[in-house]
Amino acid sequence: MRAICLYLHIHQPIRYKEYSFFDISNSSDYYNGEYNDRESNERIFRKVTEKSYRPMLALLEKNINKHTDFKVSFSITGTWLEQAAKWEPDLIETIQRMVKTGKVEIIDETYYHSLAYFYNLEEFESQVKKHHEVIEKIFDISPKIFRNTELAYNDSLAKWAEENGYKGILAEGWDKVLGWRSPNYVYRPFNCSKIRLLLKNYRLSDDIAFRFSNRGWKEWPLTVEKYQNWINLDCIHGNLVNLFMDFETFGEHQWKDTGIFDFMDQFISSWLGEYENKFVTASEACELMEPVDEASMPETITWADTERDLSAWLSNSMQIAAMEELYALREQVLSTQDKKIISDWEHLTTSDHPYSMCTKYWHDGDVHAYFSAYASPYESFMYFMNVIRDIKYRIAESEK
Amino acid sequence: MLKLKMMKILMLGWELPPHNSGGLGVACLNMARALANRGANIDFILPYSAKHPHTEFMHVYAATKLDPLYRYGGGAYESLKITEELVPTLDQKAVLSIREIQKEYCDFVEKYLMTHQPDIVHAHDWLTYEAGVIAKKEYGIPLIAHVHATEFDRAGMRNGNPLIHEIEYEGLMMADRIIAVSETTKRVIHEKYHIPLQKIDVVYNSLDQEYDKNTYHFEESTYRYVKSMQEKGYTVVATVGRFTIQKGLSNLMRAAALAVSKNPKLLFIFAGDGEERNKLIKLSADLGIAENVIFTGFIRGKNLRDIYSLADVFVMSSVSEPFGLTALEAAHHNDALILTKQSGVSEIIWSALKYDFWDTEKLANEILAIAGDEPLKTELKENIKNEYRKISWDQIAKKCLRIYNKVKQKEVI
Repeated sequence: MRAICLYLHIHQPIRYKEYSFFDISNSSDYYNGEYNDRESNERIFRKVTEKSYRPMLALLEKNINKHTDFKVSFSITGTWLEQAAKWEPDLIETIQRMVKTGKVEIIDETYYHSLAYFYNLEEFESQVKKHHEVIEKIFDISPKIFRNTELAYNDSLAKWAEENGYKGILAEGWDKVLGWRSPNYVYRPFNCSKIRLLLKNYRLSDDIAFRFSNRGWKEWPLTVEKYQNWINLDCIHGNLVNLFMDFETFGEHQWKDTGIFDFMDQFISSWLGEYENKFVTASEACELMEPVDEASMPETITWADTERDLSAWLSNSMQIAAMEELYALREQVLSTQDKKIISDWEHLTTSDHPYSMCTKYWHDGDVHAYFSAYASPYESFMYFMNVIRDIKYRIAESEK
Repeated sequence: MLKLKMMKILMLGWELPPHNSGGLGVACLNMARALANRGANIDFILPYSAKHPHTEFMHVYAATKLDPLYRYGGGAYESLKITEELVPTLDQKAVLSIREIQKEYCDFVEKYLMTHQPDIVHAHDWLTYEAGVIAKKEYGIPLIAHVHATEFDRAGMRNGNPLIHEIEYEGLMMADRIIAVSETTKRVIHEKYHIPLQKIDVVYNSLDQEYDKNTYHFEESTYRYVKSMQEKGYTVVATVGRFTIQKGLSNLMRAAALAVSKNPKLLFIFAGDGEERNKLIKLSADLGIAENVIFTGFIRGKNLRDIYSLADVFVMSSVSEPFGLTALEAAHHNDALILTKQSGVSEIIWSALKYDFWDTEKLANEILAIAGDEPLKTELKENIKNEYRKISWDQIAKKCLRIYNKVKQKEVI
């Protein structure tokens, strides 16, 4: 038996608009810009819906109905759900239908897709709880697996997840941690007993997520036969292949005209065409086998960039100042007991905000620049700090 | 490539340092030097007679006996005023207008061409285009028109002096190829003069090589007033340039007033002079921020570098700026940059805040953000260091040589 655990991350941030210094204390509408603004949440969400969410969900649902053994796991952020409910509610209905078949698992994470774990444990726990409750309410299932924002993982997070009743946790299967070991097994996190660790097979995942349409890649074009052959070869070591990627890989990162949808459609059928192959959900993957070994990651590892760290979110002085200012306000924000202030503050914790302040590769105009809605990391920081100032103003007003 | 080494270039320019009034002379000198370093043989014709140190790599000719002070006649940069205004020549025996200086310049170029056979004529800006056209028409020498600015830029994107427009148009039409200092300028040439885009190459400028020499030292003690204000928490915002409509300084003044209304600890230095000076002084008073604004008058050399050094933030507010060398100079002196999107330099600089020249609120917002958030200032200053020198004069020379070669090859066919 060989199994693929296909896990797709579904997320859109709620971006702040170009909130000017002159808006402070005059308007507290941070998130609703004009439809045609470059940061317009509605425009971006509708665009990605047409390019990715709708066609890919249709493809997955079709395969769920067609193959008994096709399964998929999703993590869906609260900020995505809020926007889908507002603008494209049928997406949620589709996922509800899929979940009802029992072949779609939903994975827990922070509601706001935040880095709260690294700043404030209470806030982190409250966001995870909020996510859990929202998923229960919308999809009528109770998530048992946890993934942190950007797959940011370390040993103490695993311990936390175990103590909070999760039976599995996801992380990047990074060579520096695994060494000669293969990610195609189930592992036991350091100092844990019950919880299982699933590691992303980053080579096979990134062949689809990053390299699929790269004409400079010597393996281009990637055919189903070739890819399936690679998986067969990789399964010499372990028979669980964890393909973890952004949902938007399909249609947004890799556009329709690259053939990504047809590739996936054919691959699912082709893989299941061999009697020993199947797809499993993340929960099923955890139960496939006993852990082969303990894996320890004392340092935080993510699935981002070649460094696999948090440097794209938290390295320059703007990012650090923005996050420190933000989390320093938490107690004051909560003590206002003003739902609107609290919600506005919480939405600022979304990790995409510090990501859009990343200057690491900014001058190269690369992936960071492409996926940022703002004109520059400096402007993003500027608007963020203006919002922070207005929140401070509102806190002071509420104390009067 | 071997053939390139033998290439003989006739450069037509209007000024060279130290007798320059702006970036044009600096760009010409650096470009000529870099070309010479790559083996080009350069003759450079100027409209005036003066000594130019550090030009031993080329041959500099004086087309007239004029003192450099009078090379612009009525003043080329205040181009609306160019008429037949008369200026005295060096020996005071005759008086000349800029048009007459240009006529003498053309005569000299013709005389030169009777005895010399350059491979290429490279003419810098409208002042020399007529002479370039003569070389092309009468002597069949391929003409490169180098556009550092058009009359539309100088007139703040409105119509300028019709005579200059005509000269510019003829030069651009007659040129075998055109070099524009930015995509912005390329677009202006295309849209305003209807020159096909494929005839225009973009070659950006770079920082003056003089800045590589470690001869400059900033002495803080000279500027005790500004320093004491900075110690009190003031942020110093500077702008440098000719005070003409092109530079968009009224918008900067309005933004300054907006910013001061939110943060009074801002000091604005307007360094330069020009036809808009009195208007700007009055505007600063009308807006009630006279106390926050310092006018330095015309400055150059060390004084100019001192202003860059004093400033925390440098603003280029130009309505239209073909390139904008001052931004690179400010970056060299560790300033955070705010640039209009209408400036050529903003095409190659990423580590800067940008805005549209009319958007005074956004400019005020950006000034306030830099003044209010140390990390923003730090990151802007830190990251620009790795950026402002990414284009070298040698790369520029290489690109020019490639363009020369292209033109030469076409001529053979």
